[in-house]
Amino acid sequence: MARIKLKQLEIELESVSVFEEPNILLEQYPTTPHIAARMLHTIQSRFHDIDGRTVADLGVGCGVLSIGASLLGCGHCVGIDCDADALDQTRENLEELEVENVDLIQVDLSNPELSPLMESSVDNPPFGTKRSKGIDVVFVQHALKMSRRSVYSLHKSSTRQHFIKKAAEWGVDIEVVAQLRFDLAKTFKCHKQKSVDIEVDLIRFSHRKKIAAKAKKAAPKSSQISSASEPGPSS
Amino acid sequence: MKLLTHNMLTSNIIKGVKNGYPLKISASDVQLIDVDFNPEFITRMIPKINWKVLHEAAQSLGHANDLPAELNAEYEADQEFLKKTHHVLLEVEVQEGDLICPETERKFPISHGIPNMLLKEEEI
Repeated sequence: MARIKLKQLEIELESVSVFEEPNILLEQYPTTPHIAARMLHTIQSRFHDIDGRTVADLGVGCGVLSIGASLLGCGHCVGIDCDADALDQTRENLEELEVENVDLIQVDLSNPELSPLMESSVDNPPFGTKRSKGIDVVFVQHALKMSRRSVYSLHKSSTRQHFIKKAAEWGVDIEVVAQLRFDLAKTFKCHKQKSVDIEVDLIRFSHRKKIAAKAKKAAPKSSQISSASEPGPSS
Repeated sequence: MKLLTHNMLTSNIIKGVKNGYPLKISASDVQLIDVDFNPEFITRMIPKINWKVLHEAAQSLGHANDLPAELNAEYEADQEFLKKTHHVLLEVEVQEGDLICPETERKFPISHGIPNMLLKEEEI
């Protein structure tokens, strides 16, 4: 499959166009090619969770993680966002780079309707500082509901303890895979300094094998279809 | 939107909708694209997808060709069958049309291949 080296991946991702006018309320900080390439390459080389897998990208933004997952050989990727402008930008990027295995859906993340056919989720969610506090936790919760294996997500290191507590509550395993420096180059007018370095964790949440069945039972609606008269995709 | 994605979409987020699955497809533009064939991936996906829903969706778009309605138990060795499955799962793309909730007939428009599943506040 399309296995490429880290450096090559980063170079390819540099050609992904980013937002012309990022939406501050949605905290649309683009994931830089540098960060995206390292994140995805680590996920593949350490955990084999991209090549040949179904991958979800929650909060697809301009599509850099979806495109990177495709370059690393994922079988199918679904990028999800509520923002039409972001999705249009991603669609243009997909066409430009001739990426054929990424589908996009416009939906609000508080209402995911994907049944758990996805295996991995690679996300750069909002940090939850602008629009609504706690949106970062909501992203992870939904990502866990629709992924059967693991969720990889970027979070401010300052929220690490909070996520460790949450993971215990949810009964999933958590591992801080790497700590990165996020250079928020003056994306928005409200950023006073030219660029701000913040510390970000790449966190892996994964379903425990035995508990997975139980978690599925407890998950709301989206996974209940398997018991319905018109059965959903078996899991 | 590919039929693999369709296979996992439901409309049960609408208030009062129980299953919302499968969504009906009404397409005005369907395109066929080329996607690299990965037999291992297809073989792994087959037991996970809802075959009946895939078959019906492909049929409703006029692209089922001779895809069998029932899964043959020995599909893993059948390259021709895997290729056909690959084709309907990943190469048939709905560009324009609607997804329709089977219970409420609520339409979710598909534009430039992207289904819009945003709900109004009163629908949640």
